[in-house]
Amino acid sequence: MENQQLEKIASQVRRDIVRMVAGVNSGHPGGSLGCADFLTVLYFDVMNHDSSKFSMEGKGEDVFYLSNGHISPVWYSVLARSGYFPVNELGTFRKLSSRLQGHPSTDKKLPGVRMASGSLGQGLSNAIGTAQTKKLNGDKSIVYSLHGDGELQEGQIWEAAMYGAAHKVDNVIATIDYNGRQIDGDVEDVISLGDLSLKWQAFGWEVYNMDGHNMQSLKETLAAAKGNVGNDKPKVIIMKTEMGQGVDFMMGTHKWHGVAPNPDQLASALGQLEETLGDY
Amino acid sequence: MIEFEVLGKKDTRSGFGEGLSELGKKNNQVVALCADLTGSLKMDAFQKENPERFFQVGIAEANMIGLAAGMAVGGKIPYTGTFANFSTGRVYDQIRQSVAYSNKNVKICASHAGLTLGEDGATHQILEDIGMMKMLPNMTVIVPADFNQTKQATIAIAEHVGPVYLRFGRPSVPIFVKEDAKFVIGKADKLINGTDVTIVACGHLVWKAIEAAKELEAQGISAEVINMHTIKPFDENAVLDSVAKTRCVVTAEEHMLNGGLGDSVAQLLSRNNPLPQEYIGVNDKFGESGTPDELMKKYGLESENIVEAAKKVIQRKS
Repeated sequence: MENQQLEKIASQVRRDIVRMVAGVNSGHPGGSLGCADFLTVLYFDVMNHDSSKFSMEGKGEDVFYLSNGHISPVWYSVLARSGYFPVNELGTFRKLSSRLQGHPSTDKKLPGVRMASGSLGQGLSNAIGTAQTKKLNGDKSIVYSLHGDGELQEGQIWEAAMYGAAHKVDNVIATIDYNGRQIDGDVEDVISLGDLSLKWQAFGWEVYNMDGHNMQSLKETLAAAKGNVGNDKPKVIIMKTEMGQGVDFMMGTHKWHGVAPNPDQLASALGQLEETLGDY
Repeated sequence: MIEFEVLGKKDTRSGFGEGLSELGKKNNQVVALCADLTGSLKMDAFQKENPERFFQVGIAEANMIGLAAGMAVGGKIPYTGTFANFSTGRVYDQIRQSVAYSNKNVKICASHAGLTLGEDGATHQILEDIGMMKMLPNMTVIVPADFNQTKQATIAIAEHVGPVYLRFGRPSVPIFVKEDAKFVIGKADKLINGTDVTIVACGHLVWKAIEAAKELEAQGISAEVINMHTIKPFDENAVLDSVAKTRCVVTAEEHMLNGGLGDSVAQLLSRNNPLPQEYIGVNDKFGESGTPDELMKKYGLESENIVEAAKKVIQRKS
């Protein structure tokens, strides 16, 4: 898909995010806005998937896990915009009996979601497990996952990293949303991740870097990682992003991690984001 | 005269190992994961017979549970193996989110449960696992009584789609379940008919309940014995039908009283037919080092304790 077209979709996704969060006065807009470009490219250009035939098993198609489940608004928007469920359902986000739970879940059977997430650090294990099942099934598809940078403070991530390399799980492509911010402040001040690239390399992973707000960089890096499936090494992409990207007053701070905009702020945000596909 | 044929003596974990090996031969969707305790869990046969379906995880139980949940996506039936403590308490949140809430077809197989793990002491002797697991929606909880039943349960749970917690142990205990018995999840086994008191037991305490019933018979008391091998879903009718006749109950388990089998029975009775109940189990204490026999005696989990509890509960009948 053309970069310009992807940018238009991402703009609509960002409108969905701020409207969903403002609609229930809760949720996580910052990280969601930061990952809008990535998830748009992944679902509209990179992944082999069919939204009209969703199955929990995901056989013969690429599978995605959102490990940092709190950025559910961006995932729900991208899933709806790519046809997994009606776009109007975005208006039920976080409301009683909705399939769009605060954090992604499977129990209400929302098409597109195969694993609950929210309690951090579990998604890499899930992704590697599914990648190994694909190998056993002779399924050449790829498993993608997305993680917050703060989430890497969870020990289970590194258990999974060690395992993925030891078992040569080369059909998993993990992406880190490297925005440098978490609830209590900058990641560097809360608990520094040190040299992230060297850490992953030391754990035996093939490390890529990409600009999370540049469609060309996203496409090229994901294509490069995909091209190396089969080389015995799991892959991780350190994706530089800006929390709150696209809404000026939400950028440059950790303060919009989990805070909803008020009506005036919402109006200001929507004024900065072009409506391209029609609001829900 | 109560007669019970003893078919030998073996550890229940070996029943798991044999069951897993047999299952591996007939169901190629079954995969197994182990966290550095392959020998202790008796998973070596499956590993040897199915190297491509066996995954050594190392000492990383949280990752093991997450991997197993991921492997279930795509149709595999993962069996995880480690000690009961590391199968539950250490990874409760991983089980809660990735297995139970996500309703994944993962079988969490837990050995060395309870005091009979012995000399390693309280760090490894989990007595809270049944409670933790039965509280999780979607989770089935099974505590088989002997080698044969553990083997049968290991095979049977592959046919049940959904999360299962299977609890077994380390010591050699008498085998009394027939080799060709059919294991039905959620259907309790009535082992002895009686009229004066109902004894509901699970796991290693089932044999002790049988011995207690023999002693009670010698003292002129008729005890009914139920092997409640499935804690969840709970066979309510088995208990209600029995107490309708006996009017009192003793529960016996190698577990904490809080959250255990006794709690399930008490909840059932209080809702349907409030009757006197006495409990055999560990009451709000950690275990300690010692031989399995010494520990069972010190913590009051012997057949004589069941006999005393039975006599006491009969006295309480109005």
